[in-house]
Amino acid sequence: MMNDIVVLVIGAIFVNNFVLARFLGICPFVGVSKRVGDAVGMGMAVIFVMILASVASWLTFFYVLTPLKIEYMTTIAFILIIASLVQFVENVIKKMAPALYKSLGIYLPLITTNCAVLGIALLNVQNGYTLTQTVLHAVGASVGFTMALVLLAGIRERLERADIPPSLKGAPITFITSGLLAIAFMGFIGMV
Amino acid sequence: MLNELTKGIFRENPLLRLLLGTCPSLAVTSSLENGFGMGAATTFVLLCSNAMISLLKGIVPSKVRIPVFIVIIATFVTITDLSMSAYVPDLHKNLGLFIPLIVVNCIILGRAEAFASKNGIVPSLLDGLGMGIGFTMALSLIGSIREILGAGTLMGASLFGPSYQPFLMFVLPAGAFLTLGLTMGVMNWMEKRKA
Repeated sequence: MMNDIVVLVIGAIFVNNFVLARFLGICPFVGVSKRVGDAVGMGMAVIFVMILASVASWLTFFYVLTPLKIEYMTTIAFILIIASLVQFVENVIKKMAPALYKSLGIYLPLITTNCAVLGIALLNVQNGYTLTQTVLHAVGASVGFTMALVLLAGIRERLERADIPPSLKGAPITFITSGLLAIAFMGFIGMV
Repeated sequence: MLNELTKGIFRENPLLRLLLGTCPSLAVTSSLENGFGMGAATTFVLLCSNAMISLLKGIVPSKVRIPVFIVIIATFVTITDLSMSAYVPDLHKNLGLFIPLIVVNCIILGRAEAFASKNGIVPSLLDGLGMGIGFTMALSLIGSIREILGAGTLMGASLFGPSYQPFLMFVLPAGAFLTLGLTMGVMNWMEKRKA
């Protein structure tokens, strides 16, 4: 049991890293990785929403869609759940924790169209995970996402002072850097 | 009118210039066939959603427009998903998770918000078609580069004979990032030389 937990979480963080191996959530990965501080804020918001969205979508799939035999509505149902959940979380944080809202607030609307969130909701039900496995998978995947985001932001802060060929400035060098990060992460293949 | 069609292909290419829809373009471009298939599926959804949203222009209150757009897009994505699993099951299996994820492809919501909700049906269809072709071309280009370098084949046909040692990294995730980054770099370089 303990072994399964470790395999699932470590696997989701390192081996099947959401950004560097599965290509989910590339938009925020490139968009919000200019400063380490922003990257941490975005990462925290993603961890929070991904865990909530995984649980909500898992419950909806197994207690609403399956009994009614309308599994073909999965995509539509999940995107609506995620969109309203993000809105809900935004309102709750705004009311309950204004300080937190100030630091996370601007990232929350961006998360609706983050394919990592819809991706993990779909992966959980496709892989037939139990609710516990779903939560663990969400924790691993979102921590992995945050780690990749913060790593890239750290590198990009240094890159700003580097002499880059003008044609490669901005997005191209970011992708090339991510490629090198992905090569480093290939070292984890076969670990679990 | 023609401008609506051609702008998406080079000048405002959604992937290589506007940096939209990067997830599928990295994930499913390990071969030309997959890249082209993904592009075609996205184009279909884009055409349908642009048409539908331009018809609803003025009917949907602006406060709830984003949820309405998302439901419309998700409906067409579901249609595409189910049709593909029925008629092209092999391609459907290769693209896997990334077919339902067309919903959150920023190109589609982006065009709905920036263009289709403000224009009539004919320009919206042309806009969708142009953007779709531009996206498909970019995906096919990246897919070809990765397939040729990483497997030594194109559309599954061997190019260099049996002695070729494929550069395996290019079909792995790292190769996707490198190929996209370098392709964008070349596009920027070409643009600069022209100016």
